[in-house]
Amino acid sequence: MGRYIAGRIAGLLFVLIMVSVIAFLLMHAVPGGPFAVDEKGVLPEAQRAAQMRKYGLDKPLWEQYVRYMWHAVRGDFGVPFQSPTETVLGLISRAWPVTIKIGVPTIVIAYGLGTLFGYIAAKHQNSWLDYTVSFGATLGIVLPNFVVAIWLMLFFSVYLGWLEPGGWGKPQHYIMPVIAYSLAPMALVARYTRSSVLEVMRTDHVRTARAKGLDEGAVMRWHVGRNALIPFVTILIPEIPNILTGSIFIESVFRVPGLGKFFVTSTQTRDYPMILALVLLVAVLWGVTFILTDIMYTILDPRVRIAGRPVQ
Amino acid sequence: MIATPSSAPKTLIATADRAVLKKSRSNLYYAFRRFRKQRLAMVGLVIVVFLMIIGFGAPLLAPTGYDVADLMSANQFPSREFPLGTDTIGHNFLSRIMYGTRTSLFVGFAAVGVGMAIGIPLGLAAGLRGGWVDFAVMRLVDVMTAFPGLLFAIFLMTVLGAGVGNIILVIGLTSWLTLCRLVRAQLLTLREQDYVMAARCLGASEWSIAFRHLLPNALAPVIVAITLAVPTAIFAEAGLSYLGVGINEPTPSLGKMIADSAPFIRVYWHLGLFPTGAIALIMLGFSFVGDGLRDALDPRQA
Repeated sequence: MGRYIAGRIAGLLFVLIMVSVIAFLLMHAVPGGPFAVDEKGVLPEAQRAAQMRKYGLDKPLWEQYVRYMWHAVRGDFGVPFQSPTETVLGLISRAWPVTIKIGVPTIVIAYGLGTLFGYIAAKHQNSWLDYTVSFGATLGIVLPNFVVAIWLMLFFSVYLGWLEPGGWGKPQHYIMPVIAYSLAPMALVARYTRSSVLEVMRTDHVRTARAKGLDEGAVMRWHVGRNALIPFVTILIPEIPNILTGSIFIESVFRVPGLGKFFVTSTQTRDYPMILALVLLVAVLWGVTFILTDIMYTILDPRVRIAGRPVQ
Repeated sequence: MIATPSSAPKTLIATADRAVLKKSRSNLYYAFRRFRKQRLAMVGLVIVVFLMIIGFGAPLLAPTGYDVADLMSANQFPSREFPLGTDTIGHNFLSRIMYGTRTSLFVGFAAVGVGMAIGIPLGLAAGLRGGWVDFAVMRLVDVMTAFPGLLFAIFLMTVLGAGVGNIILVIGLTSWLTLCRLVRAQLLTLREQDYVMAARCLGASEWSIAFRHLLPNALAPVIVAITLAVPTAIFAEAGLSYLGVGINEPTPSLGKMIADSAPFIRVYWHLGLFPTGAIALIMLGFSFVGDGLRDALDPRQA
């Protein structure tokens, strides 16, 4: 198991290097660059050259890349061009916690309620409960989250006047972003839970468990529950890094000062250090989640053997 | 058709043929029947047809052009004269929504067309040729998948600049992956089927196997994936336009209308409600049709 994990981490490092190289090349391959304009208009050529020299952008590409990565592995992601008085790390560590504060309750609500709804729908298959959950899940998956966000705002802030339409700092500011953000993953969780519980309930070992007189609770818990968890781990856990990096749309509708807006401003200002940091952040989260998912998979499902050997 | 003994009387064969024809209908007929039986899919179809009429018929049906503004009648709530009200510079909002729907549909279809033009040939090449072609295509797909899609799209749009042509290109460039992977996977599964082996044993050429045996059978899930790619592309257009990197003035876009409504939404609620409603309707219509097609064409996956 130790060797397997080491191998996977080496694989992840390779993917990260590839992603960073491609992001780096893509950024520099396109026409245009930073410091072409500022608030006062087009920058004079000499001033622009001075700025480029200051941030080392006059050096050959490979040197810039090696320098960036050399500093990056030691935790220094440079200075964001859009806000030169801060560091990239400072900017991210200021904005990301806000996004995470929306993301964590979203995950708890979406995965908790989603599992519950999916389970209820499967237990009462083809009843009105099942149809309601299935239809609701379709709506949740299909409707874009910024559409839901605007509807929530129109209903709670404009029509009822209960909540402020946006902002950040008070507990009530969490309510609408979390609801708008959790609907889609909740729908996904409910749909997958329903279909996997239904599938497991039809298997032979569940029928055997029932036939030998095991009570319904034990059957559902040990024979259905554990097996129905497998798609949960393989399909739904990988959604978590998505939620943790936030939604640009939700944050923009409700004016939440999270990570989202930097995805737009960084590309618009050609903020190379910030773009690379964001790409790496997303890629690291993805990679780590996938490794954890695979490890959990082998623990949950002993039929899966890594590289032909049983899990120790 | 099975070869018939030459001694058999012609009339007999003809009647037998007709009997066979009467009994067995085409797969398409059964698929259509399965589709019609699903209430949600039919609702989706009605929505899609309705949207296409008001969208593509906008130049004929809309009360005004999309750029006709009358400042004197700005900021009006829905009334008999303006069924959906007017916006902050006095556009008739009904016309704006109709033209916005037109933009959404056009971008959605065209972007999926671009995605098909890239994804299907690459998937075919990878699935049919295998070997190094397959390896190269799949590595390209892997790298593209590892990249944050939205960031990639925003980045390309800021580089290329806002506009209808560019947004079609960018959404196409980010949406071919699913189709490519699906086509390849279909071909890989089908290639191992017994009937392909049978065709090969009978001496069929690789080309005739590919076009007469593999492609028709790979078609059903691909059609479903294409249908479901349309709402995804429309969502992407609305999202990018909402962020201000999608479609530029004066072309109306539902996403841009939502963004424009934000400062006024507490008072002029109709500016936020109608564009979001239109997007929701588009997404629901195409998704219902797509789900229905999947159940009708590809019963194994349902």
